[in-house]
Amino acid sequence: MTRYLPKLPLLALVLLAAACAPKKPPATMEAPPASARPETPAAAPMDRPATVETGASSIVPGSQDDLRAQAGGDTVLFAYDSYELDGEARATLLKHATWLRANPNVRVTLEGHCDERGTREYNLALGDRRANSAKNFLATQGIDVARLSTISYGKEKPAVDGADEAAYARNRRAVTMVMSR
Amino acid sequence: MRLILFTAALFAAPAFAQSAPLRVDINAGLMQPMPIAVPAFAPGNGASTEAGTTTQIGERAAQVIANDLKSSGLFRPLDPAAYTTTVGIDDVLKPDFPAWRTIAAQALVTGTVTANPDGGITLACYAYDVFAGAEIARQGFVTTAAGWRRAAHKCADLVYSRLTGESGYFDSRIVYVSETGTRTKRIKRLAIMDQDGAGHRFLTSGQNLVLTPRFAPGQQTITYMSFENNRPRVWIYTLGSGRQEAVGQFSAMTFAPRFSPDGQNLVFSMAVGGNTDIYRFNLATRSTTRLTSGPGIDTSPSYSPDGTKIVFESDRGGSQQLYVMNADGSGQSRISFGEGRSASPVWSPRGDYIAFTRMGGGRFGVGVMRPDGSGERLLTNGFQDESPAWSPNGRVILFARGDRSGRSGLWSVDISGLNERRIATPLDASDPAWSPLLP
Repeated sequence: MTRYLPKLPLLALVLLAAACAPKKPPATMEAPPASARPETPAAAPMDRPATVETGASSIVPGSQDDLRAQAGGDTVLFAYDSYELDGEARATLLKHATWLRANPNVRVTLEGHCDERGTREYNLALGDRRANSAKNFLATQGIDVARLSTISYGKEKPAVDGADEAAYARNRRAVTMVMSR
Repeated sequence: MRLILFTAALFAAPAFAQSAPLRVDINAGLMQPMPIAVPAFAPGNGASTEAGTTTQIGERAAQVIANDLKSSGLFRPLDPAAYTTTVGIDDVLKPDFPAWRTIAAQALVTGTVTANPDGGITLACYAYDVFAGAEIARQGFVTTAAGWRRAAHKCADLVYSRLTGESGYFDSRIVYVSETGTRTKRIKRLAIMDQDGAGHRFLTSGQNLVLTPRFAPGQQTITYMSFENNRPRVWIYTLGSGRQEAVGQFSAMTFAPRFSPDGQNLVFSMAVGGNTDIYRFNLATRSTTRLTSGPGIDTSPSYSPDGTKIVFESDRGGSQQLYVMNADGSGQSRISFGEGRSASPVWSPRGDYIAFTRMGGGRFGVGVMRPDGSGERLLTNGFQDESPAWSPNGRVILFARGDRSGRSGLWSVDISGLNERRIATPLDASDPAWSPLLP
């Protein structure tokens, strides 16, 4: 079987691993003081070769991490009170469609979400519209709708905390979620 | 709970003075609450009950009544420390009116608490016009010892209704969504409490996201929305048994449920392929009737109290606005034309107003309008005021107020826009609903 090779530059993965590394230092090693840590992020994993290995090889083909790595993200964003897919969203979803074709056994749920600046019930309906916008686009790309389900969380599950437009913009989204098999 | 009222058998006395001039006009937007004295209810006998001695219950009952009346914003209970007279059992029937006049009490609520041989109690409630020296109302309540609190609420309702001409609302409950955790990891549970915050308890564990509870007219069931098993849909919760049951067999999301006034039907939204319409679900026959169609979002349906009409919101005209239709879905017409968006309408149980959420200019407020859309008034203005709900007498509105930090709590305001006040809850709170008056 062909081993899956990530298309992302290796450096990016190393950076990702470095960012994660401080969260799980080896239990047997006393964590060095922050000031003693190597300053270059790329150098950090050098102390922990195991982490580099983990970071580079832990992405399971067909997994959520795989989708994120392959498509550059699992999320598309929407304008205020809109469920129209803009060019950037379509480009992302095209990559999702490509990934879905490469992983024909994977089923996904399109989650629709809203920012908090709407009433609760309307936002449930708006989230449903957004989820279906994403689903319908994937269907037009030839993905079998039997592999695509939708759910709306309205404004109940924001991606980021905050009460400014930057936060709201990131919360108005549809997320392609790989369903556990 | 057994709660028997009686008036005639209480004590032999003439009916309350028909000419009593004492009156509180709730609709005028009262600026000066009526001074009222609520001394501890006198022990009718010295017996002890499982809820305490009659003396203790009498003290607590007076506090509950005073707190109820104060919360309405229409009454100002006087500080008991200022009382110049004590109330023994004889004073209940023949109050020392001059003594109450010296502290400028306009009304007096007094009564007795008597332990009954069966372990229950009788709470006798009397209200007087102090300056006229006349009785306004009287009623007795026979209940279990533990039922003293409800009897006290009934007494407060009696006083409120006699002095305002409106029905009371104190013997009622609030169901709402209790919230904890950060914005991105919010845990939500159904919770219920008496109108004054007593008897608070959680109905669900927090394992599943739950939203928008609303009472059935019989108050023993609640309809709400749950994301159990990642299937967002309408559920019914039975209070006595704690039983939870999903409504219908729908593959699409159902949400925004409300009971019809006769309790026979639910009306809710269903989102099918990105299009949300309103449906009626008959609880007996399990049949579903589609009431709206078209590509817009039609949601937040709420019946008129006579069951003949439904108010709802729709974005069919470009943004969220309020519409009214007949209960069979015919005759849909827009009623809101104000600035901004109008959403989450709720028909008053009295039928005279529709409460709604207004969004505009980066603010959220709660307002009221007549069912024909006239007489629109905004009552509140906040960062995120939403989800209005009516008191059983249609004179007070509960709503949820959220702030920029993601915290939220319950507030109430009366239909004049006055007496805006926070409703205490153990944790953060949203999506309030007020029960009808308890039987």
